[in-house]
Amino acid sequence: MSVAASDFPQDHSVDPYSIPIEKLDVSDAGLFERQEHWAYFERLRKEDPVHFIEDSEFGPYWSITKFNDIVFVDTHHKEFSSEPTIVIGDSEEFQPPMFIAMDQPKHDVQRKAVTPAVSPMQLQEVEPLIRQRVGNLLDSLPEGESFNWVDKVSIELTTQMLATLFDFPFEDRRLLTYWSDVSTNGDTVGGELSAEERQKELQHCLEYFGRLWQERANQEPKNDLISLMAHHPAMQKMEPMEFLGNLILLIVGGNDTTRNSMSGSVYALNKYPEQYDKLRADPSLIPNMVSETIRWQTPLAHMRRNALEDVELGGKTIKKGDKVVMWYISGNRDDEVIERPNEYLVDRANARHHVSFGFGIHRCMGNRLGEMQLKILWEEIMKRFKQVEVVGEPTRVRSNFVMGYSDLPVVLHRH
Amino acid sequence: MRRHALPKVTYIEHNGTVHEVEVADGYSVMEGAINNAIPGIDGDCGGSCACATCHVYVDPAWLAKTGERSEMEESMLDFAAEVEENSRLGCQIKMSAELDGLIVRMPEAQH
Repeated sequence: MSVAASDFPQDHSVDPYSIPIEKLDVSDAGLFERQEHWAYFERLRKEDPVHFIEDSEFGPYWSITKFNDIVFVDTHHKEFSSEPTIVIGDSEEFQPPMFIAMDQPKHDVQRKAVTPAVSPMQLQEVEPLIRQRVGNLLDSLPEGESFNWVDKVSIELTTQMLATLFDFPFEDRRLLTYWSDVSTNGDTVGGELSAEERQKELQHCLEYFGRLWQERANQEPKNDLISLMAHHPAMQKMEPMEFLGNLILLIVGGNDTTRNSMSGSVYALNKYPEQYDKLRADPSLIPNMVSETIRWQTPLAHMRRNALEDVELGGKTIKKGDKVVMWYISGNRDDEVIERPNEYLVDRANARHHVSFGFGIHRCMGNRLGEMQLKILWEEIMKRFKQVEVVGEPTRVRSNFVMGYSDLPVVLHRH
Repeated sequence: MRRHALPKVTYIEHNGTVHEVEVADGYSVMEGAINNAIPGIDGDCGGSCACATCHVYVDPAWLAKTGERSEMEESMLDFAAEVEENSRLGCQIKMSAELDGLIVRMPEAQH
């Protein structure tokens, strides 16, 4: 691509209604970092819900912005391929294969191989361990002074969980956080790292996990993700790049998403204090609040597909070969499906009906694990603290994919 | 005019709790559970055969009448836990007079 990336990101706010609709581009990562994307998507949902733009930092692409159109694309996997990648930007130099970015039948085989790690039965087994860790961590936090909730709680808890899923050496667990951050900070989603830089860092990840793979292959099969892959006939012979791709998928899938929902829940309950009061008055609302947080936060803003044939949608013709971006972050604000979508309501009816996990064969595999971690976190918070008080605005991640926080200053108040 | 009785469905939770409710023609087994607040069926996608959170086991006596799984349903069930021969997605079984008396059981947990 010949267009310089610097032509596009703008560091100043622009009223989306001042831009001709055919030029409206929602892919600029800065829009999300500055939280200016909402008005852009609102306009698209109203005026041009299936929207094509010829020229962007990521080339020409379609934006699908309404809930039911997103469900349509997500469930038509024969017309809309997930190959070669599920994010808006392509990277010819470094795009390791992973099953989220594969079509049937290979996708199904690989996904099925690792699913037992997050089965309902497996989750029941790890629940007491998660609860104990959450309790220990909450009891170790400083009181009466400000600290970064993202680092001390959200990252720490999700990283501990991830280490358990992989049976990864616990003392080295922050490597998982690091590799996750490297993977999602790429130029394919408006981040900072080039393909070369990411590849170099992730080579260490491959080497480290290569050693674990050898170790697990020589042991009896277990339910950790490495062992499941090492003993599965269809995955034993993966090329190193495919192994790395699937590692990145599982690391990012189990890390960033839950992390940012954990931070998002604290932020939302402080932004809407009457909702926090409601939750305190009735902690049985926690599971519903968890679903509402996952909708409100939408930890992954988009998933991308490639049209394998011409498809009519919303009065437009998506042409074979076109890039199609489903904006989950917009579908979750569609007032034709979700009542008062801009409000955060811990007792929302039908709160599970959101698009954050995607739909169809690529639907989030770890959804129940993510929900369980958030539920336990809040059950344990409510036992200990009157309030987790947000004492400053969060710092956000610059990305059009990960809706993340890097800093959320809080002070704890015990009962 | 004589009022037609609505078809009945018996839902049996994994813990054995039995719920017998009326589900009007054209409504799905998933909707019947949600509308009557029967626990054990989530129906996250709202009935688009797209999330596999309305997994049920159809009583063997009713298998023939409830029909075949579609290709999409097969794909979605492929990723659910504890899938058996008589596993179906509740959103894909639409009620009719023919299914009056249908019995379905719920799995231990939805995916």
